[in-house]
Amino acid sequence: MTRNPGQWLQGSGPESDIVISSRIRLARNLADFPFVGQASEADHQRIEEVLKNAVLGIEDTSRLLYIEVEDLASVDRQFLVERHLISREHAESQGIRAVAIDGGERFSIMINEEDHLRIQVMRSGLSLDETWEEINRIDDHIESNVTYAFHEKLGYLTACPTNVGTGMRVSVMLHLPALVLTRQIDKVFRSLQKISLAVRGLYGEGSQAMGDFYQISNQITLGRSEADLIQQVHDIVPVIIDYERQARDFLIKESHENLHDRVSRAYGILRTAQTISSEETMHLLSSVRMGVNLGLISDLEIPVLNELFLQTQPAHLQKLTGVELEESDRNIERARYLRRHLHGHAKGNELETN
Amino acid sequence: MKCQKCDKPATFHITELTDGNPQELHLCEEHARQYLSQSSASQLESGNVAAVLAQQMAQHMAVGQTAEELARLDRQVCPVCGISFYDFRSQGRLGCPHDYRCFEQQLNALILNIHGETEHIGKVPKSGAQASKQRTQLIQLRREMKEAITEENYERAGQLRDTIQRIEQGDDPSKTPD
Repeated sequence: MTRNPGQWLQGSGPESDIVISSRIRLARNLADFPFVGQASEADHQRIEEVLKNAVLGIEDTSRLLYIEVEDLASVDRQFLVERHLISREHAESQGIRAVAIDGGERFSIMINEEDHLRIQVMRSGLSLDETWEEINRIDDHIESNVTYAFHEKLGYLTACPTNVGTGMRVSVMLHLPALVLTRQIDKVFRSLQKISLAVRGLYGEGSQAMGDFYQISNQITLGRSEADLIQQVHDIVPVIIDYERQARDFLIKESHENLHDRVSRAYGILRTAQTISSEETMHLLSSVRMGVNLGLISDLEIPVLNELFLQTQPAHLQKLTGVELEESDRNIERARYLRRHLHGHAKGNELETN
Repeated sequence: MKCQKCDKPATFHITELTDGNPQELHLCEEHARQYLSQSSASQLESGNVAAVLAQQMAQHMAVGQTAEELARLDRQVCPVCGISFYDFRSQGRLGCPHDYRCFEQQLNALILNIHGETEHIGKVPKSGAQASKQRTQLIQLRREMKEAITEENYERAGQLRDTIQRIEQGDDPSKTPD
């Protein structure tokens, strides 16, 4: 799992130069238990048992990885967060809780997160319809084994009323470096908020927009059908893609040297730095990624970059190295990793250049 | 009472909970709207969507209610899971599915404010799941068991566990996964 990132990061799919991934999650609760926050330890255990049984039938069990989060070392929890397979809350909270992940990392199911069940399905590129079909299938399967908390008027009941109704969050992760660079991103966000779409950073609520990655998702979950909610996000994404492309065109036309300089310097630092933080890496990789998409860098491919974004994050780096590292050692190791991988690609061979 | 910002009558009485300290604001409709949208906007710019929601929740619930009414609603307790409406307001999380019925009055206004709608459209469980009395009873028994354990009344806890198991086994056997 450390070495092979999930399908959603492979950088394929429609509009994949800007759209990284599509993802849908459903929040569900059992009808005969208190919500997670109010449940006792014995309840948590029973909820986990009931849902584990329901979840294990989804796939051939050999393809499903079932993990008790409480048993994991903190670096492994962090690893799953970096992979977007569990939420930060799920990693950091306490008590009996679990996650089921399919072999291709196409879906993950959290048990005892904020709700009893958080099902999420992810795909590379803009592919919401396929994502919905898959999550609907999983939801149907689980529902045939348990009874969900459902209200005739309010729909699926959730621990927080912001998720009630469909319990669905549809989100698309976009890479928007040119809108950030031309300082138009806030304008875009304000207009999205007016039509009740939320914008979040790379790791969801409250997280910083690291590496110019943004998630666009529906804010409202009640009173609109799943199809409508998906359509709204689906309709707005091409508009944002168009803004981003216009901003890139503008940069190319109006300040070609500045842009080329920025991209080249970023590439240069990543290939030569001796110690580098995670934030700086994300920031520079973002410039390089845009440079590749605009043809300013020709010896790198997007899937390689997508992987570098992931593998240079703290927990991934430690898993690759096989030891736990202090921050300063991580920065050295990260720089070494980048030099090795970027030189390997630049020269078309696997030369070690430490 | 006059609006704190102009001479119009104050029709909105907002109780702001900052760090647990209630602060009352009395505003006319125009200034109330302005106030609510401003505080949300500043939070939105900081990118903290969760905080905005929590804040809106606290605000919208308080709009149009006097401190006295608010205190009365806050003290209301769900007979099934045992949380008070104040607990919900401070944690932002409900205790059990029955809360949606028990706190219906308070939640309806909040839900309308969050979603702009009050009725679900979309997927419905195939089994047509409804909150049966028995399921609600199970939640209540589980709470009583938790309380019995906290009080170290293990005899009572044992009895409750047996009752729960009996209901679980009798309850729609096709749906009991073990």
